[in-house]
Amino acid sequence: MTSRAETLPRRARSANPGAAIGQGVATAYLTLIVLLPLAALVWKSTAGGADAFREAVTDPQAVAALKLTIAASVAVALVNAVLGTIVAWVLVRDRFRGQSVVNAVIDLPFALPTIVAGLTLLTLYGPQGPVGIDVAFTRTAIVLALLFVTLPFVIRTVQPVLLELDRELEEAAASLGATTFQIFRRIVFPNLLPAILSGVALAFARAVGEFGAVVLISGNLPYTTEVASVYIFGRIESGAPGAAAAVSVVLLVISFAALLAIGGVRRRVTRHDAVA
Amino acid sequence: MRRYALRIVALVYLAALLGAPLTMVFWRAFEHGLGPAWAAVTSDPAKHAFLITIVITLIAVPANTLFGVVTAIAIVRHRFPGKDLVNALVDLPLALSPIVVGLAFLLLYGRGGWLEELPFQVVFALPGMVLATIFVSLPFVVREVVPVLREIGTEQEQAAATLGAGWWPRFRRVTLPAICWAVAYGVVLTTARSLGEFGAVSVVSGRIVGKTETMTLHVEERFQSFDYVGAYAASVVLAVLAIATLVAMSVFKPKEGVIHGDRS
Repeated sequence: MTSRAETLPRRARSANPGAAIGQGVATAYLTLIVLLPLAALVWKSTAGGADAFREAVTDPQAVAALKLTIAASVAVALVNAVLGTIVAWVLVRDRFRGQSVVNAVIDLPFALPTIVAGLTLLTLYGPQGPVGIDVAFTRTAIVLALLFVTLPFVIRTVQPVLLELDRELEEAAASLGATTFQIFRRIVFPNLLPAILSGVALAFARAVGEFGAVVLISGNLPYTTEVASVYIFGRIESGAPGAAAAVSVVLLVISFAALLAIGGVRRRVTRHDAVA
Repeated sequence: MRRYALRIVALVYLAALLGAPLTMVFWRAFEHGLGPAWAAVTSDPAKHAFLITIVITLIAVPANTLFGVVTAIAIVRHRFPGKDLVNALVDLPLALSPIVVGLAFLLLYGRGGWLEELPFQVVFALPGMVLATIFVSLPFVVREVVPVLREIGTEQEQAAATLGAGWWPRFRRVTLPAICWAVAYGVVLTTARSLGEFGAVSVVSGRIVGKTETMTLHVEERFQSFDYVGAYAASVVLAVLAIATLVAMSVFKPKEGVIHGDRS
């Protein structure tokens, strides 16, 4: 092996056996773990023919669940865009005692199992809650649960951008007489926008698919508080895997679209960087 | 004044959404004293659920760590057919509903599936739960290691190659020390995701008490059986693990403060 590297030092990287094995392992692993199950899902969703697929995804209960899921996820994405940016701002630009603890706690929704998150929210904001707010089994509860699990996304994408933002621009604008609002709108916001958008897209994708945090607190009433993932779960339990697969394919398409959107935002940002 | 207003908005939001609920779990679990909570987490079903969760995590995390490092190197250092597809598939588990993941495994390995006739049972058994957990926790190591590999470049590896180092010594002496913190951070994220997975495992496992029940499934099952102390006590165990994860995350966190592997 040493002698080969000596004779082919430049080409060693492309000619090494590690590269070929690595590519093979990566492709095989992904095929087995990700691609094959998803192929089976798509195949099963159309196994009953195009009509069965259409029937499954236009079933009134499925349509109600999908509409609710998308509406709740859009609401959650918007709240995240505003409050996530504010929290990121406070964590970067403000100084107060206990800030590092607050900063660390932001990741809690990622570390805490979703079922525990749901149970916790139900305890606090449910019928036996100590604060007198009872939102259990309502659509508000769904939004609340989704806000919990999507909390880190916008904050963690905006934070690094805000850290790197050159404060001199803001100071220059202030010295020229710009108001605080003008500075935010004309200087800070345009710089943060790509990060906000990619955080929002991640939060939206996560919200659309969420199950564990929602299942206990939403009550899962068909047509009113049943989200898409809970509807799919119900179809599986009642022995209708074809219908479950069809609605799953709709969610799969939404996930792909969200990932494409994030990729698009990132490519635009990198192009801007390259020009500047 | 405006500064305080924003600070108050941010802190109240975080307290209402994170702080208060978390305090609540601990309070509810121990409101009847330590005894009932301890009895609940040391009951046979709870201990078995804990064991199952640990076994799944001990398989899923090393598998995804090994795969993550290999794939990150393949993505950053080499061109190969299907690279774009590999990139897209690595991100997909971040955006896909765990219920859809569970269903996909059910349809592949279950009755009437393409891989139904295996010599061992996959769905409603441990292998299926492991596969589903590997799926949902797959992106993290890759997404932590990729940016670090891009940043360190290939100069040192090439220098090692010109000095006659083969691919393995190059990896072990040059590449691995450079990426080890990113790998560690990715491992923490993967572990947290594996311990906490609920939806996908819920579908694939069949939720057989004392057989295919993980910690998270145990929490739900206790809650549905109106054993609230049991549900809260198990939740506390999981919450303590989550807090340990946060501590580990702040130790291994990359300096830029970017997290979650949600960038490419």
